[in-house]
Amino acid sequence: MTVLVFLIPIALFLGGAGLAAFFWALRSGQFDDPKGAAERILLNDDIQDEDQDAARISR
Amino acid sequence: MTTVAIQTTLGCPSGLEPPADGTIIDPAPFVRRAGGIARLDLAVFGAKCGGCIRKIESAMAALPQMQSARLNLSTGRLSLVWTDGALIPRTITETIDKIGYRAAPFDPEAAEKESDAEGRRLIRALAVAGFATANIMLLSVSVWAGGGEMGPATRDLLHWVSGIIAVPAALYAGQTFFISAFRALKRGRANMDVPISLGVILALTISAYEFFEGGEHTYFDAAVMLLFFLLIGRYLDHRLRLRARAAARDLLALQAVTASRINSDGVLQSVSARDIEPGDRIQLAPGDRVPVDGVIEEGSSDLDMSLVTGESAPVRSSEGALLHAGVLNLTTRLIMRATKTADASLVADLTRLIEAGEQTKSRYIRLADRAAALYVPVVHTLALSTFLGWYFIGDAGFRVSIMNAVALLIITCPCALGLAAPAVQVVATGRLFRSGVLVKSGDALERLAEVDTIVFDKTGTLTFGKPRLANRDDIPQGAVAGAAALARISRHPLSRAIVSESGPGKAAPDAIEIPGEGIEGTIDGVRARLGRAAFASAPASNDASQESWLRIGDAEPVRFRFEDRKRADAADTISQLRELGLSVEMLSGDREPAAAKVAADIGVTQWRASMSPREKINYIDRLRDEGRKVAMVGDGLNDAPSLAGAHASLTPGTAVDASQAAADFVYQGDGVAPIVEAIKVARASRRRVIENFAFAALYNACAMPLAAMGLVTPLIAAVAMSGSSLIVTLNALRLAGGVRK
Repeated sequence: MTVLVFLIPIALFLGGAGLAAFFWALRSGQFDDPKGAAERILLNDDIQDEDQDAARISR
Repeated sequence: MTTVAIQTTLGCPSGLEPPADGTIIDPAPFVRRAGGIARLDLAVFGAKCGGCIRKIESAMAALPQMQSARLNLSTGRLSLVWTDGALIPRTITETIDKIGYRAAPFDPEAAEKESDAEGRRLIRALAVAGFATANIMLLSVSVWAGGGEMGPATRDLLHWVSGIIAVPAALYAGQTFFISAFRALKRGRANMDVPISLGVILALTISAYEFFEGGEHTYFDAAVMLLFFLLIGRYLDHRLRLRARAAARDLLALQAVTASRINSDGVLQSVSARDIEPGDRIQLAPGDRVPVDGVIEEGSSDLDMSLVTGESAPVRSSEGALLHAGVLNLTTRLIMRATKTADASLVADLTRLIEAGEQTKSRYIRLADRAAALYVPVVHTLALSTFLGWYFIGDAGFRVSIMNAVALLIITCPCALGLAAPAVQVVATGRLFRSGVLVKSGDALERLAEVDTIVFDKTGTLTFGKPRLANRDDIPQGAVAGAAALARISRHPLSRAIVSESGPGKAAPDAIEIPGEGIEGTIDGVRARLGRAAFASAPASNDASQESWLRIGDAEPVRFRFEDRKRADAADTISQLRELGLSVEMLSGDREPAAAKVAADIGVTQWRASMSPREKINYIDRLRDEGRKVAMVGDGLNDAPSLAGAHASLTPGTAVDASQAAADFVYQGDGVAPIVEAIKVARASRRRVIENFAFAALYNACAMPLAAMGLVTPLIAAVAMSGSSLIVTLNALRLAGGVRK
């Protein structure tokens, strides 16, 4: 039964890590705009410079 | 200005949303300045997809010295940061208007932030409760499973770890319930949170006591699991309320109108409508909304009065004419003199009527609260008698007696009751959302299910409320596109009708609008005119319907005829509503012959014409006094007070913001059929909620005697609690599939 001494802390640590990760995601605004985030992945402004941007839009 | 490149296409690139029509509001009074940086928050209407994000953000980024522009698609909020002084704030709203969206400034300090904080608190509490439940369950299951073989030392260790997690987690996650229960008790009342708090706190205390006594049973797992399930219900409920509040915020955005005041030294200054005093002179550019009641001093222009009267045909007004707040200037610059403050103006009057209506609505007692009122005294009496019974009659000693009383409190704790209504309402709302109906609050569904009379406003609900091109088939190929090229520069309703028929495209570059006459410009190198018969040198017709003429060069003029068509599915919907057992009536602000024709067409026998907003409310009040539960369907600002006053209300997505804010349901699309769907789903969800309550009652009826007899162990409590919550949720999910036709 001494194995419990390791297993319980490990289980608690893993659960706690999940909880911390969730809080971090909440705090860093990842749930602020779920709809926008889903759409933004389709935009590729990061590989274009500004002139091309303007040209693309005007087309 | 560097926005030239973006002016070519209008509105949502995916075509999901037509270009929004509306006003350009000068956001200058809402700009927040600090340390050379200017910040502005705008509510953007019409953004639907990733393309919209891109279009709006790049148009904003192209403005000089714009440091950051970010659109939140979920809330429709655009946050802008730029170097102070680099641009005139009005350019921002003009640019957004040019690419086909609408923007209104709003106060970011408003109530929204507070409610968001509430949501965050709930989700954090939910996460903590979830973490604690999962981990304690891990330990508790070992204790239950280890029963005979586990030594007392190991059991105590597991209980100890459980307690270390449970006590702080429950105290943190339960705050919402404790605070609410405390407040209720202070006012000498009991709500659902009282038995919850009592159950959780007693369970924790007794479990701690048992642990120190080396006892076999603890209820740490039950305490946190209870909170976990209840918080799920609470959070779902909160999400529904948040949506209702977001809609109310749109109404505030409408009120946050600004105006260009002409100061005594002749300088134009942008001020908030609240700051306008009677006697102030105000400049109204085309596309501006009249901020306060007043009279025209200089100029003449076409005015769109639809917000005030519900009538869509523009009215031509000149010097001396009376202006009501909310009227939209369509064609030329006007100078007006304010006669009233914003608070005394017509829009404010209507807003007050809306608020009065909403107060009567807030007196509605939700099903869950009615259930709680029955439940609370019963459970507390039973728990107390269990304790007294065991202590005095059963002679069981304090420890066993209180243990049994706590077991009863825990097992009857309203997990299922707390989930019963929100789970159903969330599923129903999601289902309606997919069929294009936005539900603004959970109790709206309950109210709609009770409705026995449905009252329609005519214009804009049973009819389109806007002129639509009626003779498309008679118009030669290309004429519509040509007319649209001219019409795109205009805000006139007939121009808008042509544009919406033709779809997105380019505007004629040199087109100019001549107020009261029409538009002139070049199409494919040829001069063209669109407007009144005389303006396009066309023969005058004696037909009463609204018309426009297009002449390209010397070609034969083309006639565009418009009419307010009734919606295709109106008659069908009315007969379906009758089948559902509702009595259908129609009210209209329109003249009697027009109303009579529509009523006959769609088969409504009960109708009234020429009604003012006040008369409409009185009529609905009278129906209510007769004991009828009325659902109102309307779209104009003049309907908003009756929407707010009715037992339940629906409005089309094309309605003015105020109506959308006042109504419980907003439905999308070109028809009225979603109303039938909404009523069916509302009735089905009411059935589910009642089933859930019935199940919860049955479950309690079985569990209570067992608990009172002392037969309940923590294992049984845990299984019963999660089992009943699961059943209630599954029953709610049945709604997602389909409603019995």
